[in-house]
Amino acid sequence: MTENIDLTLLDWSRAQFALTAIYHWLFVPLTLGLSFLVAIMETIYYKTGNEEWRRITRFWMTLFGINFAIGVATGIILEFEFGTNWSNYSWFVGDIFGAPLAVEGIVAFFLESTFIAVMFFGWNKVSKKFHLVSTWLVAIGSNLSALWILVANGWMQNPVGMEFNPETARNEMISFWAVLFNQVAVDKFLHTISSGYLVGSVFVIGISAWFLLKKREIYFAKRSMLVAAVFGLLASLMNAYTGDSSARTISKVQPVKFAAMEALSEGKPEAGLVAFGVLKDSENKVGETALKDFLFKIEFPSFLSILTAGDKDAFVPGMTDLVNGNQTHNVISFEEKKSRGETAMKTLIAYKSASKDGNIQQRDSLKNIFASQSFQENYFKYFGYASVEKAEDIIPDISGTFYSFHLMVILGFGFIFLFVIAIFYLFKGTLTQNRWFLWLCLIAMPFPYIASELGWIVAELGRQPWIIQDLMPVSTAVSNIGAGSVMATFFIFATLFTALLIAEVSIMVKQVKIGPKH
Amino acid sequence: MTTLLISHLFLQSYWWIIVSLLASLLVFLMFVQGGQSFIFTLPGNEMQKTMIVNTVGRKWDLTFTTLVTFGGAFFASFPLFYATSFGGAYWVWIAILFSFILQAVAFEFRSKPNNVFGQNTFDAFLLLNGALGPLLIGTAVATFFTGSQFSLDDMNRVKWASSWYGLEAVLDVRNLALGLAVLFLSRVNGLLYIINSIEDEDVKKRALNKLPLNAILFLVPFLFFVIAILLSQGFAADPVSGTISMEKYKYLHNLIQMPLVLLIFLAGVAGVLYGLFIAIFKKSNSAVWFTSLGTILAVFAVFMLAGFNDTSFYPSAYDLQSSLTIRNASSSEFTLKTMMFVSFLVPFVLAYIWYAWKSINVTKITQEEMGNNEHKY
Ligand code: HDD
Ligand code: HEM
Ligand code: HEM
Repeated sequence: MTENIDLTLLDWSRAQFALTAIYHWLFVPLTLGLSFLVAIMETIYYKTGNEEWRRITRFWMTLFGINFAIGVATGIILEFEFGTNWSNYSWFVGDIFGAPLAVEGIVAFFLESTFIAVMFFGWNKVSKKFHLVSTWLVAIGSNLSALWILVANGWMQNPVGMEFNPETARNEMISFWAVLFNQVAVDKFLHTISSGYLVGSVFVIGISAWFLLKKREIYFAKRSMLVAAVFGLLASLMNAYTGDSSARTISKVQPVKFAAMEALSEGKPEAGLVAFGVLKDSENKVGETALKDFLFKIEFPSFLSILTAGDKDAFVPGMTDLVNGNQTHNVISFEEKKSRGETAMKTLIAYKSASKDGNIQQRDSLKNIFASQSFQENYFKYFGYASVEKAEDIIPDISGTFYSFHLMVILGFGFIFLFVIAIFYLFKGTLTQNRWFLWLCLIAMPFPYIASELGWIVAELGRQPWIIQDLMPVSTAVSNIGAGSVMATFFIFATLFTALLIAEVSIMVKQVKIGPKH
Repeated sequence: MTTLLISHLFLQSYWWIIVSLLASLLVFLMFVQGGQSFIFTLPGNEMQKTMIVNTVGRKWDLTFTTLVTFGGAFFASFPLFYATSFGGAYWVWIAILFSFILQAVAFEFRSKPNNVFGQNTFDAFLLLNGALGPLLIGTAVATFFTGSQFSLDDMNRVKWASSWYGLEAVLDVRNLALGLAVLFLSRVNGLLYIINSIEDEDVKKRALNKLPLNAILFLVPFLFFVIAILLSQGFAADPVSGTISMEKYKYLHNLIQMPLVLLIFLAGVAGVLYGLFIAIFKKSNSAVWFTSLGTILAVFAVFMLAGFNDTSFYPSAYDLQSSLTIRNASSSEFTLKTMMFVSFLVPFVLAYIWYAWKSINVTKITQEEMGNNEHKY
């Protein structure tokens, strides 16, 4: 299956997907977070009838609208890119993967787009109550859309609820609930939306701090900040909690990614959790690829074993174990997985030729083999390894994954402090005196975005070379088109998105400077 | 086994109907694009431009979401089409997407201060999306009848035979004809929508002036396409073996063998013509209701012709046996069934969309409203 893969085509396709996803993700978290913040603000307006809260709501709503438009514009590309750039993938898993995308359209996007119209154009036309309900529905709709896309992504990280059908050469869904309640999907959903809430909260806090620094709109800013700080604190706690459970799940379903996140070369019991460290190339290599050693590190002893298995003596496999295998700890080697994957591939090819030759008896017996549970669990599970050439190819970029992960976590704890201090000063009434803190809030604004993008880099870089864990490497998923075409579209999108981003930021800044209307 | 086959076929047909319905709603909703395409030529002054942009602009998200859902539903129900067409006719789809990226931001950003590129640039984006979107979508859909240049291997992986990756479709006049028909139909619907929703005599008069020419520019390519397709060979699929062959007058046969589709098609065409008639000769404001319903019916019938009655809906002119039918391109029975339950939500979705829009459309767009509305495009 690996014949004629064109590496430049693959690289450009990956670069294009990464580019468009990263751009999309610049806008999505703010939509997720700000929609809830606006809904909460409007609820306060509804309850108190205080016009000041109406101003507050409308100001943030304007910023929401500017961001929303570009979020939508960048999203459509991603949806169709599965077809345009990963067409082999789209067929191989379309039976499962398409469903969440369709449900997303029917259930979530229409909800969002319909009630957003009421939200923006309905003031003074519909009742206050209907307007409030609409604002909440926008928040719920955008979070629902997050649910479905993350179910789809979670399935790629941990394919469940399906069976391979040799006749159609694809995976077919056998349980919708297994796909929906996939542990990875649940973790991803909760972790991702809470990161969005966090982005929204820091955004509101940062802009409010700017007003306070300028000594403008004091009441407006303090009230906005209070809502955002409380919401943000809850979000950041949820974020840390769900991040931790994501990591636990990863250690089970994607041990290679986990080892990369921790830069763990050799597996061990009583493994320590590295809070931060600096990596250097190790003497130990897998093929041409050097593993990593620590130049220095700050470590919590035994914590990694405790976190992953609840036991300080638990063995955590490192990269070497995962590649070479470790019999004492039941870790299967790459070679073994590859040979099982090849068995599955040969069986498929035999099935194909039997059915081409009209050898019905043999075809049916091979089909039965495919349907048997032991074949699925012991052989087909490693199907993708048949298309991976060298052991080193299953190792993702360790430094990239490690640093991204650690930076995200450090920032995550930082935000908890930011919210706590903000609440503290607001209640003490000394917020405006502490100008250093207002500056800090302003400076903090880009960091949740950075943390959030890093999160995706951990999730996506760490699973390379797989597009579907253990079943399909990216190299066999890519559409068979000219590398030149993909390169051209990469630059078209890069230029266009960058231009639009510049316009968006400039408009945002101007709207903030104009301030809330009277 | 037979009951199983029947029910799988039932589900495949059901999903072809849903996809067709979404497609027909999409073509109707492209009145937004049609309206956009008049941005530089219809309004007599800035205020009129603002009114027009806001009238169609408030609906952009609805059209956009329909497009996205159409894509998602097509992916879920006929993944092989998704993989084959998007992955092969790369440049056509990329160009369509490109034009849609421009739309959302253009509306939201055009009149905001400090938008860097100036209002004219964003207005040009609106024109680009308004013209290219319908034209390319129409051209792409025409290949459902005229065929494309691809082959599939035994693992169902697509290989496109033309290095133009889909752009070669413009070489067939029939494809271009449908593209132009969809473009001018969108423009007609756009004009009629503007006439219906704007309370301003001058704007109405201007829109009405543009109507006859655009109606003709729609009718001519449309009739050409329909007649050409009915008279050309079509891609027939053998119901038992799945073998594809060329059949003379295939689409004419489909029309005759499926009288209900014929009826829907005629009703659709009649609706559009009646709408045009009352708009042009009776100065009616409500013509858009007839043309839109007519559009939906006619497009729906066109999709029925492409997919039903043992026809290949995405044929390959390059390698006949690679052609896609609703049977060989669909998802598994289980997935289609699961999705069917989800599709039962569609009427509910339509109901709340209707309700929400009814409650904000109580007032028509007027000059005053443009003056005091805070969220304006
Ligand atoms: C966790 C949330 C999340 C994630 C991971 C993604 N998106 Fe997204 N998407 C949203 C959350 C979201 C949203 C919050 O619902 C958006 C963003 C901004 C917006 O306005 O709506 C949106 C908009 C949006 C739209 C336009 C919808 C419309 O018509 O209103 C499409 C087609 C997609 N997305 C598709 C995708 C695809 C194919 C993704 C994966 C590769 C993806 N999104 C990742
Ligand atoms: C919006 C949030 C997302 C971000 C920021 C993101 C980020 C990335 C990045 C950085 C890559 C490139 C990895 C590399 O080249 O090494 C990538 C690839 C990819 N991601 Fe994501 N991703 C996101 C969401 C998703 C979702 C929700 C899905 C699936 C539903 C998905 C599917 C893919 C696919 C198919 C690829 C291409 C194959 C590959 O190169 O790995 N991504 N993404
Ligand atoms: C507080 C400590 C945090 C921990 C322990 C943590 C843990 C994790 C882990 C293990 C993943 C990988 C999941 C996967 O590969 O499937 C991840 C992904 C991610 N993280 Fe974090 N994270 C933390 C903080 C943050 C913060 C502060 C943000 C952003 C504001 C964030 C945003 C994300 C995003 C967007 C993803 C990708 C989606 C996903 O895979 O769930 N995380 N995080």
